[in-house]
Amino acid sequence: MTNHTHQPPVIRAQGLTKHFTRGKKTVEAVRGLDLEIHQGELVAFLGPNGAGKSTTLRMLTTLIPPTAGTAEVAGHDVVRAQGAVRRSIGYVGQGNAAAYIQRGRDELMSQARAHGIPRPAAKARIDELLSAFDLQEYADRTVQTLSGGQRRRLDIAIGLLNRPEVLFLDEPSTGLDPQNRANLQEQIRRLHEDGTTIVLTTHYLEEADALAGRVIVIDHGVMIADDTAPRLKERLGDLVLLGFSTEADATAAAARAESALSGPTVIDRAGTQVSIRTPRGADSAPALAIDLAAHGTPAIRMEVRPPTLDDVFLDLTGRSLRESAQSTTQPTTQTEGAAA
Amino acid sequence: MTTLTVPTAQARRTSRTLSRPTGFLTDTWTVLSRELTPKLRQPASMLFAMVQPLVFLGLFAPLLPDVENGSALQWFVPGIVVMTALMGASMTGADLTAEIRSGSHERLLVSPLSRPSLLVGRALKEVVPVLFQTAVILAVVTPFSFDLHLGGALVGSVIVSLFAIGLGAFSFALATAAKEQDWVFWTVQQMLIFPLLLLSGVLLPLDGAPGWLRFLSDINPMTYVVEAARALFAGEFPADVVLSGFVAATAVAAVGVLVGVRTMERSN
Repeated sequence: MTNHTHQPPVIRAQGLTKHFTRGKKTVEAVRGLDLEIHQGELVAFLGPNGAGKSTTLRMLTTLIPPTAGTAEVAGHDVVRAQGAVRRSIGYVGQGNAAAYIQRGRDELMSQARAHGIPRPAAKARIDELLSAFDLQEYADRTVQTLSGGQRRRLDIAIGLLNRPEVLFLDEPSTGLDPQNRANLQEQIRRLHEDGTTIVLTTHYLEEADALAGRVIVIDHGVMIADDTAPRLKERLGDLVLLGFSTEADATAAAARAESALSGPTVIDRAGTQVSIRTPRGADSAPALAIDLAAHGTPAIRMEVRPPTLDDVFLDLTGRSLRESAQSTTQPTTQTEGAAA
Repeated sequence: MTTLTVPTAQARRTSRTLSRPTGFLTDTWTVLSRELTPKLRQPASMLFAMVQPLVFLGLFAPLLPDVENGSALQWFVPGIVVMTALMGASMTGADLTAEIRSGSHERLLVSPLSRPSLLVGRALKEVVPVLFQTAVILAVVTPFSFDLHLGGALVGSVIVSLFAIGLGAFSFALATAAKEQDWVFWTVQQMLIFPLLLLSGVLLPLDGAPGWLRFLSDINPMTYVVEAARALFAGEFPADVVLSGFVAATAVAAVGVLVGVRTMERSN
């Protein structure tokens, strides 16, 4: 990320730390996060529940003060210049932005007034947003009568009302059905194309994969990876699975593959199956299969799996993100519960 | 990384936010009018609140004994006004619980609205109906044995409003602390509201009360608000009583807002 030296980052965090004290126990939700996000980026914080993603977002949006470290958003310190930060950002939380007893248009107007936007400009902006999010028909109904997808669109419209420099979305698609989730992702993508800087948290791998230019993987309050999804996956490499008729063949093939393949390669044998994790595995697999056959250990089955972000997560943490996401529903890991 | 190469012109275009700094009064008005909007959209919902003190008055006033000098109504009505304020303002936090649960409160916390304005605006939303209720009560009782002194009633209403803002702020703090547990809010609210009410001498005078009860009444700020309201609504301006009422109401308002803002800041 060196091509941005001419422009200061929109978000800069240094040693950002948050501890929650619950009784005698101190939970280190975020531990010394260093971060730079530039104008126009779309960044996803990916990690299981309780990893510290939402806590980080809450510090960046002035909802909670950091225990240690500093952060600047749009050039303003999140502790010393809360007002300036709040005027510069949009926030879409895990809940709904509009109160259920209110009408959508009224809530958009109250948001405009909170931002000190004069009435004519506010009206124009509200109409613009209502049409952009296909909400004109629902604007004058109370929020409690809207569907989940309509409410979510209204949330984003409210978050965008002030034309924020940075839009923060905390688990934006949680609770949405697949179709609404796809719609939401489409809208986020469009905002990104318009040049809005977007930071979102998610524990959905597919979402981070589909949306984000840049994925920041967070686990136990620490950033463990920061790159584009394709590069994270490329670094891990493809998984090549080879099946053999005998275990002896498999063992011989594993040894052969070890010397034939270059780069960071991990080879495992289990029974008659050999699994090889290697960069650009799809490219090297055909030659490898021919080579193995030439050495008298022909593969009888072959499968090449491109890496998923879950594989990346598994590789980084030793745990599957899918499993972690499920296991954190149990009360054992409650790092982020304090913040939620 | 292709997404990083945003042209500078575009960067400038998107960094132009519409947001402008606002002051405390503007913010408070924003919060208050936001709170009142749903009620104005459904005026019928206000009707019940208007009628309620009248029902109370109608059922209770006939039981009042005859008083030697002046009417019992004259003594009773200001108490009812303060009681209405207490009931209304102490429920400020109830709506907040719903907003904390849904997420709309969090959105307001990230918006540029100042923390005190969130409190005061919400408390004022309970005061506005109280003022209407006061007007309705006065309009109804004036044809009977109640003398309306408009100036005094207005000054009295200001003191009652200040007191209501303070109570509203405490109620807000209570709801913030109770978070999503409604029952905590209601239990504490009910536990506090009745001693405050009974110890202020709204329903029965505490003149003949035993010492300990008198002491509790003396440390209840509402007692002074009620006494000031009684004097003012009767068209009298005894400086010490009015001042005590004003000081008590202001103190409740100041401490309430302070506690409310603190609680809000810690709740996240």
